[in-house]
Amino acid sequence: MDASFRHVADFGLLVVFSNSYSDAAHDAVLALDRRLSQDLPVGVTELVPAMVNLMVVFDPIQTDHATVQAAVEQRLNDLSSTSMDGKTCTVDVCYEGDFAPDLDAVAKATGLTRDAVINIHLSGEYPVLMFGFAPGYGYMGGVPDAIQLPRKLAAVPDRPAGSVMIAGAQCLVTTLVMPAGWYVIGRSPTPILTGVEDAPTLFGVGDCVRFNRISQAEFDTLSKATHHG
Amino acid sequence: MAEARLNIAFAGPLVSLQDAGRFGGLRYGVSPSGPMDRLAFAAAHAALDNPAGATAIEVSLGGLSLVCQGMAVTVAITGGNFSIDHNGQKSTGWQVITLQPDDKLTLRAGAYGSWAYVAVAGEIAATKWMGSTARHSKTNLGSAAIISGEALGVANPQVLDNRIGAMPMPALTSTDRIRVVLGPQDRYFEASSVAEFLSKPYTVAPAYDRMGMRLDGINLRLDEALSIPSEPILRGCVQVSGDGIPTVLLADHQSTGGYPKIATVVSNDTDVLSQRRGGDKVQFEAVSPSDAVTLARETARKRLRYLGEVNVARGTLEQRLMRENLIHGHTEGEF
Repeated sequence: MDASFRHVADFGLLVVFSNSYSDAAHDAVLALDRRLSQDLPVGVTELVPAMVNLMVVFDPIQTDHATVQAAVEQRLNDLSSTSMDGKTCTVDVCYEGDFAPDLDAVAKATGLTRDAVINIHLSGEYPVLMFGFAPGYGYMGGVPDAIQLPRKLAAVPDRPAGSVMIAGAQCLVTTLVMPAGWYVIGRSPTPILTGVEDAPTLFGVGDCVRFNRISQAEFDTLSKATHHG
Repeated sequence: MAEARLNIAFAGPLVSLQDAGRFGGLRYGVSPSGPMDRLAFAAAHAALDNPAGATAIEVSLGGLSLVCQGMAVTVAITGGNFSIDHNGQKSTGWQVITLQPDDKLTLRAGAYGSWAYVAVAGEIAATKWMGSTARHSKTNLGSAAIISGEALGVANPQVLDNRIGAMPMPALTSTDRIRVVLGPQDRYFEASSVAEFLSKPYTVAPAYDRMGMRLDGINLRLDEALSIPSEPILRGCVQVSGDGIPTVLLADHQSTGGYPKIATVVSNDTDVLSQRRGGDKVQFEAVSPSDAVTLARETARKRLRYLGEVNVARGTLEQRLMRENLIHGHTEGEF
């Protein structure tokens, strides 16, 4: 897939595959991200993959835009050997009571029962597309068609951390209290932010998430273990 | 263990502990954080011959007042030009002093500058997250908040008699232009908006925090309603919200955003820009990407030389005189 390049101050090169979302553009971002991280050009300090573009951050003392662009182009022409295997992580979700304030609305809008919505959500496999907004906010694709709904017109304030939310084809597990216009269908006790230096989140871009249903009692036990253990 | 304690008598909002920052986290949505003014932070550590990225206190315009307890410790104070009160003795300027037990040190907003640094000859106890103590203001990741009534522990406090005194300050003036490289989305703006962005001064809006600096002035118009896919943000990006108002994103910036960016401030100039206050003027100037790289390399050499001049022991009169000469000689330098 063809890429275009944009200069960002004296320390960044934005590699753009498309101006609107497509799976092909995102696959190209992932492939280039993998390829560059396996064979990092001199002076490149950070790679930031997003939906259809990838930011390559560099140290201007060691390299410059043209050199980094040449290195990226060379790797773009040689993506065939790149392994695209990500890991699959399990995230626990409790879909009960106050944890799922929008489950009824999703059921009503889709004509499904609460349990059907839950089971369809559980059936999905959710690729992590990008992180954004706040630490550990992994935007995942893969919400099954049957429960896809456009986001609400207005955001609801103070959605708790751990909210499992869906909107359109995307799913997100929050790490902060925040307003959200997405449908909150459950709450997760699984810590997404690990703080480990080279892997500060449970999963990275290119990994997959599967959800595991837990009861309120299991949620309480797990969240106690997380916070006090 | 031998320890000094810095009891916090008062801490304004956004006073925090910062180390050099948290790198490699943007791909996980994690902001770099770290000092708003990286040169002033580096100078404070250099003056004490500390490790370059050690944890220091970043003081906001809200100010800081602390009392030393336990053992004595030497500290370096840098950043902007704050008013310093050491046991009633008032001064300004970057300097190294020793705090004896029961000494009180107060920093208040002074003639100019938004951020000051207090580095200590010793190790400030602080919680790390992702390998860094830098506190992220929006999420509380990293070190704990600095709160009135609490204390900071300093392990291995040192008294460095041969480091005491005034430090040379890099020349910073409020009339300096802030250099930017246009883009990545400048081509989506009306040509007249890009021209005005570069020719008319902006004013720093009063609500200015570690995440970004909003600018009042010419509203910037897009050629057409634009919906760009979310893309990674770097420090210095000038993003323009739907109402045409530009905001320069700084140390605690979000990792991605969907607003178009008309320009990005070159890495060297974010320190100077960060020291501006609400009401101060900002005049941008465009440079080419390759000139920006050249500038970064020249500046890196100047910074190294300056930090070398700061990092000197001054035990004898002769050494002190030498240092005064350097101070005098350096104020013509350009940062």
